[in-house]
Amino acid sequence: MKQLFILLQKEFIQIKRDPFISKLIIMFPILVMLVMPWVTTMDIRNVCVTIVDKDNSSLSRRMTSDIKASEYFTLTPSASSYNEAKAMLEDLKTDIILCIPENFERNLTNSTPEKINISANAVNATKGSLGSQYLVQTIMSSISKQNQEKGLSTPLELVTIKNYYNETLNYKYLMIPALMIILLIVICGFLSAVNIVIEKENGTIEQINVSPINRFTFILAKLIPFWIIGLFVISIAMLITWLVYGLAPVGSIGYIYLASILFILVFSGFGVTIANKSDNIQQTMFVMFFFLLTFMLLSGLLTPISSMPKWAQYATIILPPRYFIDIMRGVYLKGSGFMDLWYNFLALGIFAVAFNLLAAKTYKKQG
Amino acid sequence: MKDIVISVKEISKVFGDFTAVDKISFEVRKGEIFGFLGANGAGKTTAMRMLCGLSFPTHGSGTVAGFDIRKQSEEIKRNIGYMSQKFSLYNNLTVWENIRLFAGIYGLSKQETKQRAENIFKQLDFEKERNTLVASLPLGWKQKLSFSIATIHKPEIVFLDEPTGGVDPITRRQFWEMIYQASNEGTTIFVTTHYMDEAEYCSRVSIMVDGQIRALDTPANLKKLYNAESMDEVFRHLAREAKRGE
Repeated sequence: MKQLFILLQKEFIQIKRDPFISKLIIMFPILVMLVMPWVTTMDIRNVCVTIVDKDNSSLSRRMTSDIKASEYFTLTPSASSYNEAKAMLEDLKTDIILCIPENFERNLTNSTPEKINISANAVNATKGSLGSQYLVQTIMSSISKQNQEKGLSTPLELVTIKNYYNETLNYKYLMIPALMIILLIVICGFLSAVNIVIEKENGTIEQINVSPINRFTFILAKLIPFWIIGLFVISIAMLITWLVYGLAPVGSIGYIYLASILFILVFSGFGVTIANKSDNIQQTMFVMFFFLLTFMLLSGLLTPISSMPKWAQYATIILPPRYFIDIMRGVYLKGSGFMDLWYNFLALGIFAVAFNLLAAKTYKKQG
Repeated sequence: MKDIVISVKEISKVFGDFTAVDKISFEVRKGEIFGFLGANGAGKTTAMRMLCGLSFPTHGSGTVAGFDIRKQSEEIKRNIGYMSQKFSLYNNLTVWENIRLFAGIYGLSKQETKQRAENIFKQLDFEKERNTLVASLPLGWKQKLSFSIATIHKPEIVFLDEPTGGVDPITRRQFWEMIYQASNEGTTIFVTTHYMDEAEYCSRVSIMVDGQIRALDTPANLKKLYNAESMDEVFRHLAREAKRGE
């Protein structure tokens, strides 16, 4: 106990005195939470639309003004023919062409209209498909408004959409929990790993290894500061989320802390294990980056797991962030309780025990 | 016959197909200053690490401070001090914080820690440097501080791996005065060095060549045996046979 205290005292003095780490712990979460939610959006904005209006009716003009009014679209100067518009598409001057055929409005009432044509640049598949979707919705609402004014009913009114848990489909709300997780991985995983490897590079670990200190005590003294730092970081991140984005967890904040504690345990143990197995900082960083990428892309942080191929879905079972993101999004957006999420907590708990045992086991006082 | 504090029998260390230490045997008596010489790559550090419990021997057995080097390495660590050739105090801690840390690791009480720290400050004339970061001390001072901290828990044996490498002659002298003082107080000193004048200060000297101990005796006897005027001559005579490069 006394040894642990004396080692902790050393770790805290070193962290406090390190000009880089002490600033990083404060600045990193603030910067990430202030900047990243704005840029990690897959919401589609500013899609350039070129209209080829051959109808030139009140309906087609209404469509044009509705598109112009939409926050999703930017209207380019209209084109007189489809070919002219196609040339603009090829020159990347526009993203989507909307071609309204002649006599569309008149034929619509006859109910045998020629179809409206939408052509999209789908190099960015998300932008292409979402842009077209939005465009269809805008056009449909133009038609339905026009019909309403004329006292006609439309089939569109049979469909209404309600988005539960994130009513405005705000992408930030989806990304913020994921960003918090990336923060914890970087702070707890990377810093705890680097912290040990630095001792190896400086040779100070040799002086520890030749002393009678218990290796569990030594590893515990390495881990505890990062547990505290991790909780501090997640608290800053939640505070900023609430102040800047007005997003507070719908469910209990206690579950977020419980999950964070488990997750911090998982990643500090993971970082230390990597550090024990590497000889220098470059090696540690390389391995950690490999895992960071895997976690970010494969754990459902950025893309939904259910859209992945089956084999990848099975692979996510062994990735701890997958369980944490379920808890974070569930508690933050849906207000899920323990009964909905218990298996996620259980999985994180198992990982935490496994990685910390591994961390203690891979640290050897003998070479 | 004085007490034997280190005794090893035919210990070897093999890394893959490279035999770093090849069946060495020797004994060290209490209070001796035991010089452990050898050219670079002769296997000195590897041998020393096995004695300190930092590495297990591939073959052979031995005891240090009465404990088995295979089975009781943690007990050995409680009874030895170690100073490696690479400076290994914490550079971003102050002199006092380093002393407090290592005193704490060896389980010294607050009272003892304070008292030993005062002794160190007095002995090294370090009172002013108490709150200086170790990183900003000159190398010679760092080495003296390392030695004081390696012996802070009054170990039976202290292992010094090239403690005076890169240190100026005056500081080297002061360093050896510290070694003598520790030896007079009953601490056994096990030291490796490349300076042959330092070898002359040792009670007994062993010379390692290619992983084996080629000679072991007092400096006077060795000089007589090889008909040499100085340890330098003895060393060059033996090291010339080395087949291993650096």
